[in-house]
Amino acid sequence: MALIKFENVGIRAISATVPHRVVKTREMTEYYSEEEIEKFVSATGVEERRFVEPDQCASDLCYKSACQIFDETDIKREDIDALFFISQTPDYKIPGTSIIMQDKLGLRKDTIVYDVNMSCSGFIHGLLMAYSFLQIPTINNVMIMVGDTLSKMISLKDKGTGKLLGDAGTVSVIGKGAQYGESFFSMCTEGDNIETVIVKAGGARIPSSPETLKMQEWEDGSIRNLEQIIMVGDDVFSFAISVLPRDIKRLLEFAGKSIDEVDICAFHQANNFMSNYVAKKAKADPAKILHSIQKYGNTAGTSIPLCLVENREKIKANNSILMNAIGAGFAYGTVLINIGDCKILQLQEL
Amino acid sequence: MELKEFVERFAEEFDETPAEQFKADTVFKSLDEWGSLTALSIIAMVDEEFEKRITGADLRSVNTLEELYNLIQNK
Repeated sequence: MALIKFENVGIRAISATVPHRVVKTREMTEYYSEEEIEKFVSATGVEERRFVEPDQCASDLCYKSACQIFDETDIKREDIDALFFISQTPDYKIPGTSIIMQDKLGLRKDTIVYDVNMSCSGFIHGLLMAYSFLQIPTINNVMIMVGDTLSKMISLKDKGTGKLLGDAGTVSVIGKGAQYGESFFSMCTEGDNIETVIVKAGGARIPSSPETLKMQEWEDGSIRNLEQIIMVGDDVFSFAISVLPRDIKRLLEFAGKSIDEVDICAFHQANNFMSNYVAKKAKADPAKILHSIQKYGNTAGTSIPLCLVENREKIKANNSILMNAIGAGFAYGTVLINIGDCKILQLQEL
Repeated sequence: MELKEFVERFAEEFDETPAEQFKADTVFKSLDEWGSLTALSIIAMVDEEFEKRITGADLRSVNTLEELYNLIQNK
């Protein structure tokens, strides 16, 4: 487990964009009984989600978010030294979407860019990369885009993910300043669980074929093909509740803080049942926990920044924010930062 | 926790199935109310009451409540 401390680095601005199309869980009666839907909503909290149109990509949502930061804060295009695009739904297999974004946003030609394939821990992994880059004296501002259009990778008839996952695009700019003080990261990877959340086909190992696109009925009654997301929900839950509270405890011990000293908890919006259980085990005060799953579902790596944007009025300057996420693999971690004077912008629609 | 208490505690995780339907030899996966969400409740209950981790694969590997109880005891 990596435990890392940084000083005087923090988030300068955060923005988020969701698609305008609302998909209400209770209207999915074509696929599920009303009783099944009610139980699902009650357990997960997902009342509705946003889905992109077929011609929209995660990068379109992120592009709009980035423009908002340039329009509404004092951060300028020429300030950006590095850009990371973190997603499981890039525009193309080649080239990386971060390269496309450099040109589309009009960033400098000496901008360093990377595409990163991370799942629900994408934001905290992106933060760690940005904080690390900012240890380089000549790097002063790093933009991290976390966006996913998982609606393009799910079957609506999948009992696990069909009612759960949604789309969003977020952008954060990370910079330097004494106002941010100390930040703490704990990062872990346990890659022996890849079968728990996986898209099996469509990559280089099992290329797309008529066979991989054939819809099949699975043991639990779900109908999906091999190019759509499989999530073994009970195994994700079992793993998450065993490791996440422990990771939160270790990170807080490393930081020399108690959970009562934390102002805000922004945990990955996996589903309410899991998030609430993890929070309870970690002894987090429910009043300090932010939620956004009701309106947007589980939006993978975007869920923490989206949650911060959705709850922007609850976050005050210099609040300490505890973040925790777990994603496919599993890759998971916990982060404690001071939000400083971060500009958290109003949510946008595309 | 004894088997009898475990069966009672298991039954509490179900909203609609009458408690008297739960016995040590009940094949829990054949209950109408059994599903992915009740599975999560059982995993959480075992975590809370026994401080032990059971997986979805564990739940799939047993049939009756007594078999599940024994599996937990052997963890």
